Amino acid sequence: MENSLFYFFSVAMLSCALLTITCKNPVSSVIFLVLAFFSMAGLFVLLNAFFLAAVQVLVYAGAIMVLFLFVIMLLNLPAEEKRHRGWFGGAASIFVMVALMLELSFVAHHEKLASSPASPGIDGTTEDVGMVLFSRYMLPFEVASLLLLAAMIGVIILSRKEKK
Amino acid sequence: MIPLEHWIIVSSCLFAIGVAGVILRRNALVVYMSLEMILNASNLALVAASRYNGNLDGQVFAFFTIAVAAAEVAVGLAIIVALFRLKQTVQVSDVTTLKL
Repeated sequence: MENSLFYFFSVAMLSCALLTITCKNPVSSVIFLVLAFFSMAGLFVLLNAFFLAAVQVLVYAGAIMVLFLFVIMLLNLPAEEKRHRGWFGGAASIFVMVALMLELSFVAHHEKLASSPASPGIDGTTEDVGMVLFSRYMLPFEVASLLLLAAMIGVIILSRKEKK
Repeated sequence: MIPLEHWIIVSSCLFAIGVAGVILRRNALVVYMSLEMILNASNLALVAASRYNGNLDGQVFAFFTIAVAAAEVAVGLAIIVALFRLKQTVQVSDVTTLKL
């Protein structure tokens, strides 16, 4: 059961990711990326990371991708005219993709990696993650809030209308 | 049980697809989506390593990655909107001011 779910979610995620980068229309790219992020949340559940799965759906699929959709709607992009792309860009990207896949898989294959999860297993429930986050990782947590504040101020300044 | 190797291989495939998207696409928005994919691939590797090593540190780190990605997307999309106001395009091949 677990194995088949793992392969199902992995294949769904990778095919949605491939469709994301090959679709001509940015809106369908966003939709496929949302599907890929949902499959990723499924993989997180298989890894017992329940809190992160919820955050993945709420923050990534919910907030970030809606932001993308809003920007596409706001820009009201003119239809992309056909332009000669040349074969070089496509060939280079496929070459880099296959080379990276083979290289990283080769490294993963030759390292001595654990073959089964640690026991007793850990559960990434909200309670457990919260305990770690608010004790050992208290300072990074507070710094993350500063980072978000800085990003917010930056966005407001960037998107302000220039005063003549 | 699924060995850790399989999780790492799935995560590397997602990473490679994201890198290919950054190289292949000319639309700045789709390039940004590919960057999100790359960040997510690293998250998957972190969470898998955390599960197989029996501690929660990887999950907490993935949580911080999500926070950084949210900040990065907000700033990046604001830059794209500013670029569109200036040049009326989001195609990266049309923004060649620095090209010799």
